[in-house]
Amino acid sequence: MRCRLRSAAGAALGLLWVLVLQPVSSAFAAAAQSSGAPLAILYLAGAYPKAQYLSLLQTEPDDDGEAGARLALNEINLTGRFVGRQYALDVVRLKPGADVAAEAKPLLAKFDLVIANLAAPDLMALAKTPEAKDAVILDMRTSEDFLRQEQCARNVFHLPPSTAMQADALAQFLVAKGWRRWLLLRGPAAADAAFADDIRLSAARFGGKIVEDRRYAYDVGARRVDTGYQQIQRQMPLATSSAPPHDVVAVADAADLFGDYLPYNTSESRLVVGTQGLAPVAWHPAFQEYSALQMQHRFEIAAHRPMTERDYEGWLAVRIIGEAVIRSGRTEAKSLGDFLRGDDFGVAGFKGQALNFRKWDQQLRQPLLLATPLMVVSMSPQEGFLHPRFLTDTLGIDQPETKCRFTQ
Amino acid sequence: MSIHAMRLTSALIFVAALIADGAVAHASQIFISNERDNTVTVLDGATLSIIKTIPVGVRPRGIVITPDHREVLVCNGDSGDISVIDVERLEVSRRLDSGPDPETLALSPDGDTVYVSNEDDSMVTLLARADGAVLAKIPVGIEPEGLAVSADGKTVIDVSESTSMAHFIDVPSRTVVANVLVDARPRVAAFSPGGKDVWVTSEIGGTVAIIDASMHKVKAKIGFDLPGVRKELISPVGLQFSLDGASAFVALGRANRVAVVDVATLKVTKYLLVGDRVWQLALSPDGKTLYAVNGLTNDLSVIDVASLKVLRSTPVGRLPWGLAIKP
Repeated sequence: MRCRLRSAAGAALGLLWVLVLQPVSSAFAAAAQSSGAPLAILYLAGAYPKAQYLSLLQTEPDDDGEAGARLALNEINLTGRFVGRQYALDVVRLKPGADVAAEAKPLLAKFDLVIANLAAPDLMALAKTPEAKDAVILDMRTSEDFLRQEQCARNVFHLPPSTAMQADALAQFLVAKGWRRWLLLRGPAAADAAFADDIRLSAARFGGKIVEDRRYAYDVGARRVDTGYQQIQRQMPLATSSAPPHDVVAVADAADLFGDYLPYNTSESRLVVGTQGLAPVAWHPAFQEYSALQMQHRFEIAAHRPMTERDYEGWLAVRIIGEAVIRSGRTEAKSLGDFLRGDDFGVAGFKGQALNFRKWDQQLRQPLLLATPLMVVSMSPQEGFLHPRFLTDTLGIDQPETKCRFTQ
Repeated sequence: MSIHAMRLTSALIFVAALIADGAVAHASQIFISNERDNTVTVLDGATLSIIKTIPVGVRPRGIVITPDHREVLVCNGDSGDISVIDVERLEVSRRLDSGPDPETLALSPDGDTVYVSNEDDSMVTLLARADGAVLAKIPVGIEPEGLAVSADGKTVIDVSESTSMAHFIDVPSRTVVANVLVDARPRVAAFSPGGKDVWVTSEIGGTVAIIDASMHKVKAKIGFDLPGVRKELISPVGLQFSLDGASAFVALGRANRVAVVDVATLKVTKYLLVGDRVWQLALSPDGKTLYAVNGLTNDLSVIDVASLKVLRSTPVGRLPWGLAIKP
């Protein structure tokens, strides 16, 4: 009820704002015109099957990610109006199964700033296109470690946390709580194996113990059926039974085949963490610290729905471009790329500190949230986990461990 | 949820009533907005004991006292209004409609006009203090925050957090005449003694920008380098000049320090260790004492300006945000 009221009031005020802004913006019109055409940004989105969730309450919005990017575009254009700089976002949605490299070629002739809402294989294909050599590609979708390791690319900057960062964020919290014994349950997908392997590494790194590393495949079949909880109530205890003593069940089930069935259905009375239960995320619609509440309000007024993690990444991508342009005074991709890699770059992302890129793999440094579906529980890095340079470098692949060798 | 909140409020009123019974009139009083408690704590400036806890609206943050010291105004972000506290009676006497999500406010030198930053709709709203009439709405950048008013009342500075700018508002014409880019997430603006410069703290940028008030250009920037404290934790927010104008105090947020800056040389001369996430600062009317509210430790640090020593701390409400002082 309150949310709805807020949105209605916000829409009305948004209108007012546009009207009142007119005379002010005209004062800056001269400056804006002098800098010529708006700086063009390409938003390139792949067409992938929507995420399927076990809960009816969870859905992937049609404009997931794009809504965040669009909001940020308005924001950087407002800032830009004050300094005579405008931006345009060209949204290109690929067809399912599209050949990304072929599609990208003509686009790269026009754009050298690319926000990539692309899955890992497509992102790699884009990055390897010769025409993309001097482009700046902001990855707003992937978490795969290999894209930041052996397959890293000089023209790609990764905004979402890697799975290694996610696993470390979770591990630090569990160790800080003294819950050191983890029953690891890995789903059948390659992504599950990768995340589970990261959890193993995190355990070794921070002093957790994997009491058992269990593979579990559950054929979810139809998610929407009008009976079945009885079966779940038998199967989930089986999946977690006869394990050595453990404090939590750590689940790696990116496709949500069974993970959301686990809470309250485990054999022992244990909490569930990982891809479900308490999950490490970059953003959460209930996050309100560090002025995030303002962001949540603003997004809901604009998009009429809560802000997802992908919306945040889209928002952040556009804000990173705006920040780099305004601070460096440059607009060519090559200079902007250099600026993003440099020591002077930092973007505000509602995490209480400036976020910047690691030089060794171009991964954005960031604190991560640990959240349940309704609440943000904690933020990592946890207190006491130290690093000689950035505390956030206790999350993920640090410089000595990197396998990334930029070839360009 | 609401029942719980009501119980909490009535409990606070009850406690406050008990305390108020024993209170007598004191010279100086410190009013502190507690963002989480929906209250304003009133402390006796001499003893630092709590005189009263006044329930206000939801999510109180920005707080100022009028030049005649008769009223304290508090922005209630989530109720979208301003609670006006009668300083004699120590209770909310009326409320002003502020527009959505007011975060901070400032007063014209004569105290008749209230400037409010509305975080959700990127506006600075001008209200008549007497009756709350909206005099003007001035569009600024995204997430407007700190406000500063020049001594002659002709210029108002608003900083917008998400646009990272200080907007210079010409009061007679009610227009923005200049927009000055500063480091990321500016929070507080203050005119330097004499009014030639405007100082702006940047929470995420970790700096204080010094803007020439007539040229509208950043002429210097102060950074902070604390041994043993990570750069990313240095988040300047509160800003207060000493009475003689020789020193500036900068609250460094999660670095848990107040920096002392020599205004002549712009060098940091000392860092004072206070509580967690130190937020806003205020000076006692005689200029001898600096007060700092610490958001995460729920207390107020008391600093002796002459010796630059933290004398003591005293508990206040939860998430103390800002403070105003009645002489």
